[in-house]
Amino acid sequence: MGLNRRGFLKFAAATGALVTGSRKSARAWESKAPEDPYGCLVDLTRCIGCRKCEQACNTVNNLPAPAASFEDPTVLDRKRRPDARAYTVVNRYTPGKLDKQGQLVPTFVKLQCMHCQDPACASACIVEALTKKENGAVHYDVSKCIGCRYCMVACPFEIPAYEYDNPITPRVMKCTFCYERVESENKLPGCAEICPVEALTFGRRSTLLEIARNRIGQNPGTYIDHIYGENEAGGTSWMYISGIPFEKLGFVNVPDTPMPQLAESIQHSLFTHLWSPIVLFGMLSGVMLGFRNKGERPENGEGGEQK
Amino acid sequence: MSHSTVPEPIRAKFWTPGVVMLAVLMAAGALTIIARFIGGIGYVSNLSTARPWGLWIGVDVASGVALAAGGFTTAFLAHIIGRHYYEPVTRPALLTAMLGYTFVVLGLLVDIGRSWAIWKPMFFWNKTSVLFEVAMCVMVYLNVLYLEFAPIVVEQFKGRVALPGFLAVLNAPVEWLLRLADLILPKIMWLLIIAGVVLSCMHQSSLGSLMLIAPTKLHPLWYTPILPLLFLTSAIAVGYPMVVFEATLATTSLKLDSEMRILNPLTRITIFLLGLYLLLKVGDMLNRGTWVYLFDGTAQTNSFLVEMIFGVLVPWIMLLSPRVRQSRRGLFIASALIVGGVLLNRINVFVVGYKPPVSEANYFPAIGEILVTVGLISALMFIYRFLVTYLPVLSGKREVSS
Repeated sequence: MGLNRRGFLKFAAATGALVTGSRKSARAWESKAPEDPYGCLVDLTRCIGCRKCEQACNTVNNLPAPAASFEDPTVLDRKRRPDARAYTVVNRYTPGKLDKQGQLVPTFVKLQCMHCQDPACASACIVEALTKKENGAVHYDVSKCIGCRYCMVACPFEIPAYEYDNPITPRVMKCTFCYERVESENKLPGCAEICPVEALTFGRRSTLLEIARNRIGQNPGTYIDHIYGENEAGGTSWMYISGIPFEKLGFVNVPDTPMPQLAESIQHSLFTHLWSPIVLFGMLSGVMLGFRNKGERPENGEGGEQK
Repeated sequence: MSHSTVPEPIRAKFWTPGVVMLAVLMAAGALTIIARFIGGIGYVSNLSTARPWGLWIGVDVASGVALAAGGFTTAFLAHIIGRHYYEPVTRPALLTAMLGYTFVVLGLLVDIGRSWAIWKPMFFWNKTSVLFEVAMCVMVYLNVLYLEFAPIVVEQFKGRVALPGFLAVLNAPVEWLLRLADLILPKIMWLLIIAGVVLSCMHQSSLGSLMLIAPTKLHPLWYTPILPLLFLTSAIAVGYPMVVFEATLATTSLKLDSEMRILNPLTRITIFLLGLYLLLKVGDMLNRGTWVYLFDGTAQTNSFLVEMIFGVLVPWIMLLSPRVRQSRRGLFIASALIVGGVLLNRINVFVVGYKPPVSEANYFPAIGEILVTVGLISALMFIYRFLVTYLPVLSGKREVSS
């Protein structure tokens, strides 16, 4: 038993050291976020729930026609999520505030991909089908995708949807931030272009943050002092300001740490230049050489339980 | 009386009622897989935007990899640190690992949306992706396993290749291939064995790293920075119990010598390995203070308690007793509990403990998902049975000689 145990202790110690060693360099992680990408500021105090953005999105992205028309007000009676047929949806919340007539004041929340600065989906994607572009878009390249759906597991906002009814060539479906329109055609994203009440402001992320701070600073009674997306998940290209606390409007509570940081740090510290597999390989070769011809043959081996 | 440590083909009757049962389950799984490739993943599964991974990833892939750990743990024991005493169990463990990983890939082909694109990670590398590393390791390791298994085929057929019917024209090329393998493989076997252990350590741990990117989704009882270490230790710990589990099933089913004199000392090592895992799990829970969740009565917490008590603590205490270790039944029960515990742990991490942050969608696998998983496991057992019947894998004389 002695040799056995010693061998295993060595083995366990080696592998243990590899994993614990990783935590030392966790701080060495570096963000790959673009310097000053485009973004979009959503002002929830302005949105009137007209769903023109949904319609524009549907048109510019050639998405299938919706089950109910974009003018149908009953669609807002239930909470929806972006799905494989709609990159963006608007939901109505009535968190209890009353107007002068005693009617509940609705707040409308537009949902779409947040286009994180350090996107979990892009870090997770096995083939780099998802990438963060310089202009801010988290871009999906279907020609690389294998359909593993790890991006969907990774996304903290539960955004990427999947064409589960397509047997052979399903795609991950999510807001593109109108990458081509913005990058090549010098246009605004479909939703931001159409918004009739300027609830959506498109621009450089730094500019948007400035605008958001000004609006909050100049109207302290109207806004709560929080820009959702400034720090959430390490910062996102889409950001929101609101008069109602975000947790009452269905926003998820997401840590400020970029989502990929821990996993990437561990992977990086273990597998940079494949050092740990190489070390382990060397150690095991040494052990194997050391034990060659030393082990017992099956015939004269250790019998069952020693008493 | 034949010597019991020489592996030989079993040559028992193949179509027993149990094997027929396996074939029926395989057929049901095959029909479901056909339905999946006609109607899409959504047609046979309950997977959704909120629940992109379900039973197939939790069982077919994650558990399949973990429970194939007998391959590299026995190879380490018998070939690297020279405990030749345990050699009789290395071949069945190797076969289990080879089939296990083959079915991991088959399961993936059903689960990923674009099965025909499975080769793409070889060319489009995302080095930040944990899944990329897992995929590369699994791919290389599967080939290592085939090469490690090849000498068993060579041993059986070299010099007597006689393919039936029109395939007979291939006799000469196959014979040549076997001779070539016989020439090369023994010289590089040491390399393959070590590579197998290294690759296993890499991806067994990285399977745990997969969920580290989703801190808001995985329940805190399982979400810990040492998840990769826990996955690695549990995989190493389940290696020998899995060997005991399948050896007992195989020897009972095929009426072979029960190999107790090997299995008994093997599980003494497990006391240490499983104890280490238990220590890490409990230490991590105390360190992060997650024990506060333990008695809140949710499905997640109860599943955690079952995993820890019946999958780790009880079998560990059982193995401490020499009486249990000397009894075939006791050893089998303890091993089965450990195997079940690791299985449940993987299901917990990928399915039960996974909570979508927005949707309250409760997930339970659809009948189609269950049929595919059961069908794949049945196919694995069917092929195991077939291969041990015709290849020298299992050692031990038949108890009833004819």
